[in-house]
Amino acid sequence: MIWANDIIQGILLGGLYALFAAGLSLIFGVMRLVNLAHGDLSILAAYFALIIVGPTHLNPFLAIPIVMVVMAILGYCMQRGLLNTAMDAGSMPAILATFGIAIIIQNLLLEGFSANSKGLDAGYIENSAIHVTNQITIGWFPLITLITSVIVLLALQYFLGRTRTGRAFRATADHQRAAQLMGIDNRHLYGMAMAFALAIVAIGGVFLGIRTTFSPSAGPLRLIFAYEAVIIGGLGSLWGTLLGGVVLGVAQVLGDHIHQGWGMLAGHLVFLAILAFRPQGLFAKQVQ
Amino acid sequence: MSLLKLDDLSAGYGSFQALFNINLTIAEGETHAVIGANGAGKSTLLRTICGLLRTPEEKILFDGQPVGQLPPHKRVGLGISYVPEGRWVFPSLTVQENLLVGAHSRRTGIWTTDKVYELFPLLSRLRQRQASSLSGGEQQALAIGRGLMANPRLLLLDEVSLGLAPVVVEKIYEAVPAIVAAGTTLILVEQDVGQAMKFADRITCMLEGRQALEGRPSDITQEEIFAAYFGV
Repeated sequence: MIWANDIIQGILLGGLYALFAAGLSLIFGVMRLVNLAHGDLSILAAYFALIIVGPTHLNPFLAIPIVMVVMAILGYCMQRGLLNTAMDAGSMPAILATFGIAIIIQNLLLEGFSANSKGLDAGYIENSAIHVTNQITIGWFPLITLITSVIVLLALQYFLGRTRTGRAFRATADHQRAAQLMGIDNRHLYGMAMAFALAIVAIGGVFLGIRTTFSPSAGPLRLIFAYEAVIIGGLGSLWGTLLGGVVLGVAQVLGDHIHQGWGMLAGHLVFLAILAFRPQGLFAKQVQ
Repeated sequence: MSLLKLDDLSAGYGSFQALFNINLTIAEGETHAVIGANGAGKSTLLRTICGLLRTPEEKILFDGQPVGQLPPHKRVGLGISYVPEGRWVFPSLTVQENLLVGAHSRRTGIWTTDKVYELFPLLSRLRQRQASSLSGGEQQALAIGRGLMANPRLLLLDEVSLGLAPVVVEKIYEAVPAIVAAGTTLILVEQDVGQAMKFADRITCMLEGRQALEGRPSDITQEEIFAAYFGV
């Protein structure tokens, strides 16, 4: 039974990882850009929430829409102002540009908020739980996280599958020049993709801030988890990101159960095993 | 008034010049064929007109407006639609979605998904199929249909017959009269001279990036074409 509880906790944790992975997957899918600043941008979002929540004593959940809008605008400007130009020069300059952004964010946060850990207080919901049996408890907050990530993925699926702009996203991912010939302005579209990705990661950042403490240096680890989730689930697969997040989450919780501190190692090992034996990921699309 | 006017147009890729001083005037409603051997600059000519290659602004006049510097997505908005050599369908999208993306520019006119399925009945039963699973001929029909979805005033067809069986080519060319009847101006690039002569009001033969011959198919002799095509 104790194992069952671990697996449930791992699945719930996977919901959080999926929130980080979805944006990363979207960016890579649409514009083949490896965004090394993704983790730091999520931490930036958590600090934005902190700025809003601090003086107003607003519940951090209520700050999420504001943070999403701010991050979306930031993402659009960052893409149009810098990354589009870097991408014109090739994929390597673009990766390096995102690496630069990551470092700038880390240092600005350090300058503005010091290296001390901060947290977001969501009140009683953080500690309330459903007691299923003696050994299985489901925390309300992790459950909300998982439900949110499912809703986000459903919304993304609807957007990509059913809307005009969503189709333009997929067309551009398939063949960028052909998409241009259909009247799609790829520079604007890339800006939109980054805006969507950062709006999603903003949710992840705030949820992370509620779940645990964060500091200016917390970004890179988030990036690694997000990447592992994307690779495990399969590049370009929307629900694969959730599955990848869940596999990673379960591996980490089980690893920690076997020996305190082995969680992270177990996650990495599963990731390496997937890379070795099923490099296309568990949920890879069978296209082309 | 002419719909398209190329004024002393030169273009190329980097330091390689592919087109030399092209002058061409195309009237609204005309079907114009561009023929020539491999590497004569036919495709480059279309790519310059649709905006994949840029030129000085005033070298290309579309409906009297200089467009040489406009990116492709803006030229689609004006009514220039290019059906690329090699088709470039969106492989992971369905046939229906490919057509809908073709209408992204929101230009209205007679072409809708239903009209395209009427024009190419073979696409009709493939609506929900992924474009990657289509045969070459089906993909070509889809590429043309997708180009029409932008309701272009000027449609550029690049090497429609490339890599297709003659029977399939015939089937696709059956659609041309309907496209012309809709009032669309057409420039088609062909290596198949016979096919070009059959449909075109006027033809231009290119040789090594230059215009070697221009005129009505009825006014041109086989010998003249032969000479212009091979440069003998």
